[in-house]
Amino acid sequence: MDPQIDSPVIGHPSSDIYLPHPALITSMCSLTALDMLFEIHVPSPEVHTPSPGQFVEVSLPGIGEAPISVCSFSNHPHQFQILVRRIGNVTQALHQLQIGKSIGIRGPFGTTFPVDRELRKQNILFIAGGLGLAPLRSAIQYVLHRRWDYGKLIILYGSRTPDEQLFLEDLHDWKSRKDLTYLETVDRGGPNWKGRVGVITTLFSLLNLEDDPWSAIICGPPVMYSFVLRELRQRQIPNELIYVSLERRMKCGVGMCGHCQINGLYVCQDGPVFRYKDLIHLQEAL
Amino acid sequence: MSVKQISTNMLRGWIDGLLLQKTVIGPVQHQGHFRFESITSSDQLALDYDVTDLPPKKFLLPPREVMMTFRSSGEFQSVMEFHPFVLFGVHPYDMIAINQMDRVFSEKLVDIHYLTRRNACSIVALDPVAVAPHNFSGCMGTATVEKGWDLLLTPLPQDGYLLEIGTEKGNTLLHSIYELPDASLDQLQLREQRWNQNQKSMRRHELKCAPDDLPDLLEQNYDHPLWQEKSSQCLSCGACNIVCPTCYCFDIQDEVDWSLETGVRCRAWDGCLLRDFAEVAGGHNFRKQSAERYRHRFYRKASYLPKRFGEIACVGCGRCISACIPNISNPVEVYNQLVGE
Ligand SMILES: Cc1cc2nc3c(=O)[nH]c(=O)nc-3n(C[C@H](O)[C@H](O)[C@H](O)COP(=O)(O)OP(=O)(O)OC[C@H]3O[C@@H](n4cnc5c(N)ncnc54)[C@H](O)[C@@H]3O)c2cc1C
Ligand code: SF4
Ligand code: SF4
Ligand code: FES
Repeated sequence: MDPQIDSPVIGHPSSDIYLPHPALITSMCSLTALDMLFEIHVPSPEVHTPSPGQFVEVSLPGIGEAPISVCSFSNHPHQFQILVRRIGNVTQALHQLQIGKSIGIRGPFGTTFPVDRELRKQNILFIAGGLGLAPLRSAIQYVLHRRWDYGKLIILYGSRTPDEQLFLEDLHDWKSRKDLTYLETVDRGGPNWKGRVGVITTLFSLLNLEDDPWSAIICGPPVMYSFVLRELRQRQIPNELIYVSLERRMKCGVGMCGHCQINGLYVCQDGPVFRYKDLIHLQEAL
Repeated sequence: MSVKQISTNMLRGWIDGLLLQKTVIGPVQHQGHFRFESITSSDQLALDYDVTDLPPKKFLLPPREVMMTFRSSGEFQSVMEFHPFVLFGVHPYDMIAINQMDRVFSEKLVDIHYLTRRNACSIVALDPVAVAPHNFSGCMGTATVEKGWDLLLTPLPQDGYLLEIGTEKGNTLLHSIYELPDASLDQLQLREQRWNQNQKSMRRHELKCAPDDLPDLLEQNYDHPLWQEKSSQCLSCGACNIVCPTCYCFDIQDEVDWSLETGVRCRAWDGCLLRDFAEVAGGHNFRKQSAERYRHRFYRKASYLPKRFGEIACVGCGRCISACIPNISNPVEVYNQLVGE
């Protein structure tokens, strides 16, 4: 029998995987009517610096928990950003907080975009739909921090409407940079929108990917994946060089509660970042 | 390993002695049904029960348990329950389910809430003498159990029991009785016979393949029409999850006190057959069709969990068969239908 079960352990709180660590909201900034960017400070030494692609469970006493991607990368330990869309109980309550309020944080959990491993020296194509830009932003920031370590970079970003575009400051920066290609589109334009209108896959016709090998990172709403993957297939990007970040309902974040399963995988532990090759035979994945 | 003999009278006396110091939970009869519950006297125990409505998991993973308390200002504090108790009369299939749960909650990461309660629990397993109407543990290799228990009771054909001591914890439970006589060779043989007989008789449904073949069988039949056919009658009631000794999926919920100042974060049983199990905010449901949810349960039991833990997560207790109103949840029927072609 398992040794941990043989001898009585009276639980020490620090060993409670469900117990949130106290954290502080150090800044809040409304990005759209529904999306708020939070800067979070977690003093506990037990919470290590999130890697690009990971998420945290954000806890509000009396309301509950929600898994939220870390959307920034910095070497500053204990400090990171999250972007929260107001859509239900926890997210609504988070929007109503103020700077200086404390919240609970568990994690960071999950797998990471391999920016410090397989993706080094590679040409990377980032494809973000809507809120999917949040997790991708952590990888983009990481890559731009050490720009010399990567090949060509392309960022494709699709939003439903111009008003729903996130991280306008970053978008401006990316647009103006010479060391990457940034292309954006919206599903529905508006009177002041001068840019492209159309779903994200329309951006592919503007790209020439045939001459170099590319890796791709995708995150977006569930409907987006199959269309984007079809484009990538047509351009001969191999499945083992495609990474996706997936969303599922979550409760525990630690592979116990069963909610986030994709067939036999737990998105909270085996994901949220998956290599497409590892999902291709899983019927529930995409 | 040491195996003793104990008369029925002596056993009853010993349990009544235990009751002076500890909570004892065992099978009790209520209008033809059996339930694990806290007893006050050994007379209440129905040691010849066939199966209980709910498995004993409810004492290790309660339907609702407080995991932590919080103040609205933001401090959380873990709550761990350590009240020693004896789980008495656990049948082999249920014991194996508990062994599986022990691994789930300790192998990769430690769930301190489960483990604290588990450590407070001593288990006296019991080889059954009656076969429940839908039990098929004989086919699953779970009609007898070698480990997990602190003590194992096996009824002898005439009177009395053999009592095997499995752990030091089990030994401590016996402190109050004088030295018990060792089992004789004949008696050990009778015990062997009981095990053989149980393995043969606990097959109310006959599985047409070996349990080890189930993961491959499922692998080949993901798109089989059976999932749609059977589940077309499914009520999405989740009863098959609730009664299953190997189901452990849960929800986490906050409850606030009247004062609005303090509250508790609880864990509560959940079930993958329920409609909203995989639904996210905004309304997208990753397992929207009842066929998808229905299929998921069988895959989890006989493919996903076995791939992680190396054991089929169905112990053949048959409870889901009795609990399902439209009578579609019999695992053996499902697997045999897949084998049959
Ligand atoms: C890995 C991952 C990363 C995410 N990153 C972000 C992000 O960066 N920004 C953001 O705004 N949202 C993100 N989400 C979605 C976010 O978790 C949900 O919007 C949020 O849980 C809704 O909670 P709620 O209490 O407001 O809604 P309610 O409808 O009240 O939900 C109740 C509970 O159900 C569960 N739940 C509901 N929807 C989801 C969901 N989509 N995913 C997982 N669990 C859910 C949660 O436990 C939630 O607390 C992410 C989800 C996952 C799985
Ligand atoms: S699936 Fe049914 S028979 Fe198998 S362990 Fe669960 S309740 Fe018992
Ligand atoms: S008990 Fe039967 S009807 Fe209820 S959810 Fe399970 S399979 Fe469906
Ligand atoms: S969120 Fe609980 S298992 Fe993944």
